[in-house]
Amino acid sequence: MSDLKVFIADDEAPARARLKEVLADIRGTVATAIAGEASNGLEVIERLPGSGATVLLLDIQMPGMGGIELARHLGGLENAPAIVFVTAHDRHAVEAFELNALDYLMKPVRAERLAAALKKAAAAGPAQREKLERAASSAREFFSVAERNRIVLVPVAEVLFLKAELKYVTLRTQMGEHLIEEPLIAIEREFAERFIRVHRNCLVARAAIRGFERAEGGEEEAHWNVVLEGVAERLPVSRRQWPAVKSVLPEAKE
Amino acid sequence: MASIRQNSSKDALPDFRNLGVLARVLVLVNLLALAAAFASQPDWSRVLDTFVLGTVLLEPALLASLALLYAAAPLLRRLDYWPACAVIVAVAALFAAAAHAGLAQITEIGLARTLVFAVLGAALVIAYLSLHLRAHSPALAEARLQALQARIRPHFLFNSLNAVLALIRNDPRRAERTLEDLADLFRALMSDGRSLVRLADEISLIERYAAIEQLRLGDRLRMSWDMDQAPVDALLPPLILQPLLENAVYHGVEPGTGIGDVLVRIERRGARVHVLIENPTQQGGAGARAGNHMALDNIRERLMLFFDADARLETKVDGGRYRVDIDLPYRTGRA
Repeated sequence: MSDLKVFIADDEAPARARLKEVLADIRGTVATAIAGEASNGLEVIERLPGSGATVLLLDIQMPGMGGIELARHLGGLENAPAIVFVTAHDRHAVEAFELNALDYLMKPVRAERLAAALKKAAAAGPAQREKLERAASSAREFFSVAERNRIVLVPVAEVLFLKAELKYVTLRTQMGEHLIEEPLIAIEREFAERFIRVHRNCLVARAAIRGFERAEGGEEEAHWNVVLEGVAERLPVSRRQWPAVKSVLPEAKE
Repeated sequence: MASIRQNSSKDALPDFRNLGVLARVLVLVNLLALAAAFASQPDWSRVLDTFVLGTVLLEPALLASLALLYAAAPLLRRLDYWPACAVIVAVAALFAAAAHAGLAQITEIGLARTLVFAVLGAALVIAYLSLHLRAHSPALAEARLQALQARIRPHFLFNSLNAVLALIRNDPRRAERTLEDLADLFRALMSDGRSLVRLADEISLIERYAAIEQLRLGDRLRMSWDMDQAPVDALLPPLILQPLLENAVYHGVEPGTGIGDVLVRIERRGARVHVLIENPTQQGGAGARAGNHMALDNIRERLMLFFDADARLETKVDGGRYRVDIDLPYRTGRA
């Protein structure tokens, strides 16, 4: 069996050094090679995709991006690595891992445990997306578009509206558009505080709503359009959503 | 910010389900009656008779009042301090009036007199019990102090142990030093937090703590110390500074991907000691850690237990920096 390619992500240099030591110690049981290292979440997103890593040892308390969110973005990769979470002490995370049968190790990591976790992870492959979603304690901070060997992150805070079209959802930001493959309903649920549904196929950022315009339709029924900050496009508000949408702007009147 | 005094008036209300309280009330009221008998009778030989006649009226009213207060204790506790006192006085007056109505023929004591005695007696008893409760609050305070004993984050302990493990093979000397620092830190954490300590000791403790954090975080933590003017002989409660520095690192440095500048300044200004601990704020989003203000409330409460209203702890966010200001009286003496 060829060496297992391990990527180490931890924000503390001594912790990474320690993991490498232990990996060297267990070479007889599990042969590994270091595929790469990162000291924060965004570095992982940058460096892991091209590294050929099959297993990621992921500290869950890292700056830049939390471990679970990171795992969710990596899951979109074509050759997504199996992930073993590592934590010094995070009761909530550990509960979530237990509940969803996700592999984790406690720091300081023991050699036997590490060997067992690596073997298991290599056999099982990447974690199921649903497990990670369930284990997440809060909404993500980024949407991600996984390309062949790259992950493009779009900060949720920059998204002005999302529109569902067939299989995809289009994210619209000030800068441009991105296509993601997630059901609109799941996004609505995860980010209920940030986005509001204006139409069957459209969510808009509450904070971006500047006003409403009356659209006197030719053939269409007259309806309201929502005007968003920095977007020329007007999005129709369905009659059904209108009462909820108009209350976002208290001064808006019929 | 939570007030440190929010519970004090409720705490001072006597608990009528406490046997000690009941016994004290019985003794105190009878002593009052005896005193009243002494005061009202110029003739020494008749004092006892007067007292005994008085008790005929007193005891039923007293016992009935206590029985009712015992039963109503949970309801009473829900009231604020002053309304509860009013209720207690009213109960006493009511039963005194009832006893008077039933037994007046035997005692020859006027209704007005009975009522005045009941109201004054009840008020005195409440005042005494409240005072008693406050006087004994050092015991309570001590228990609270123990509970408030600063706790180190397990996150820090396990990460530090992990960092030491990483050092053992390549830099055994630094590993030794780090374990010694950890030992000192835990000795301080496990000591009883009841006596004041010298500022010099607190400073050496936070320096040891910072050395461990430095090992873990490397370049990401940039400490600045401004303690040349620190009055090293000043006395303060133990473990006031360390949790604040731990907070500064936990909230201000660890969640960031860049370099975090943490400043500690301690100086004396006249009869006051000023401490400033400052760290960058990590605005929302990526990595920001939710604080629950436990450590701050804890420290504030301990400062109050030691210095009462003479110490202040204030926090504010100013230009991307989070700062904690402490202002203490400058006290010296034996630690």
